[in-house]
Amino acid sequence: MFRGIVQLRNSFGNVISVCKSCPSNQYSRCLSKYSTASTERKRFYQDVSISQGDDGLYEINLDRRKLKTPGGKLFTVPNEALAIAVATEWDAQRETLKFYTMHLTTLCNTALDNPTQRSKQQMINSALKFLETDTICYRVDEPLGLVELQKNEWDPVLHWMENRYNVTIGSSSSILGPEIPQATKDTFQQHLSSYSLWSLTGLEFVISQLKSILLSLGMVDRYLTVEQAVLLSRLEEEYQIGRWGNVEWAHDYDMYELRARTAAGALFIQLSSENLTVKHKIMQD
Amino acid sequence: MAGLASPLRVCRGILKELRAMQGPSYKRSLAYSYIMDQFRKNKVTGERYCRAQQEALHASHTYLCLLASSRNHQALHNLYHGKGERSPEEVAGLVGLRLPTQPGGKGWEK
Repeated sequence: MFRGIVQLRNSFGNVISVCKSCPSNQYSRCLSKYSTASTERKRFYQDVSISQGDDGLYEINLDRRKLKTPGGKLFTVPNEALAIAVATEWDAQRETLKFYTMHLTTLCNTALDNPTQRSKQQMINSALKFLETDTICYRVDEPLGLVELQKNEWDPVLHWMENRYNVTIGSSSSILGPEIPQATKDTFQQHLSSYSLWSLTGLEFVISQLKSILLSLGMVDRYLTVEQAVLLSRLEEEYQIGRWGNVEWAHDYDMYELRARTAAGALFIQLSSENLTVKHKIMQD
Repeated sequence: MAGLASPLRVCRGILKELRAMQGPSYKRSLAYSYIMDQFRKNKVTGERYCRAQQEALHASHTYLCLLASSRNHQALHNLYHGKGERSPEEVAGLVGLRLPTQPGGKGWEK
């Protein structure tokens, strides 16, 4: 029995997926939390808590019920920090549930369900394709102020990335973009294959937000903060704002949305790929 | 690139965001205890440049950015884009007209 058509704004565009409702005898335990396009879902729970399952994965509990992904799977995350962050997102909802503000939840759902069945290799290929038209490699010829700004802001990042990965990436102002040698692509291919599926999901999201693989990797490598990466990604807009003025309901709105999404993606990648080992040294008296 | 803010500022920033999000009972939330725990654990380190400490600082800075920008985005959304559509009465009132009243109700209403 289908509950209705589910429209969940996915990080990779609009994905319409059908959410099956459970048979009535299990109704009390699972219900489709993402359905109804017309009316808004009200907040139906008081408390949000996390619990650890038998296999070491963490789950989210809304009141008594366990959270499930839109695909019907149990919502599990590998570490506690991510679970707490997702629980805080759900707890931050007032009156109505605004799913477009719950970026971490959306990312986890995508990683768990993988609705478009993407493999690791597909994700790596699409990320590498971004390299040819990377934002910080694609320069303009005029106006001169912008050219200067691009040189001063983007060149250091480019050099840092070249040194870090031992590759050559040029910048160009032609319409075709820079020529990326195959060795560079191979290096990046090797580097990206060391990421897990979850981390690659997050990385793809961040790349599509920032429109630049180099800025995303710079942020993941902790060379750039989120604010810096967003600023560099929006360099031309910032230049135009400096010239023509800022429009709060458009520029600031877009900037905060971009920052929120990028920060969520970056946090997701970092939490999915870290191994928490704290070595406690005992004080020797 | 510019250095990150000090841990104290980041911690206070996160706590301010949590308080704005959850009201006065934020100290009892999961996130509060986890954040304080992490900050305390990573405070003392033997090496001069401790990688784990820097990683934790960067992660906390990222989380602060996430909370702050979500809140600002939501505030701007409510301020500028949150009003929704006008009702038919208001729309008529914009041009100085009034909707007609039908004592028996309109044909398609019950």
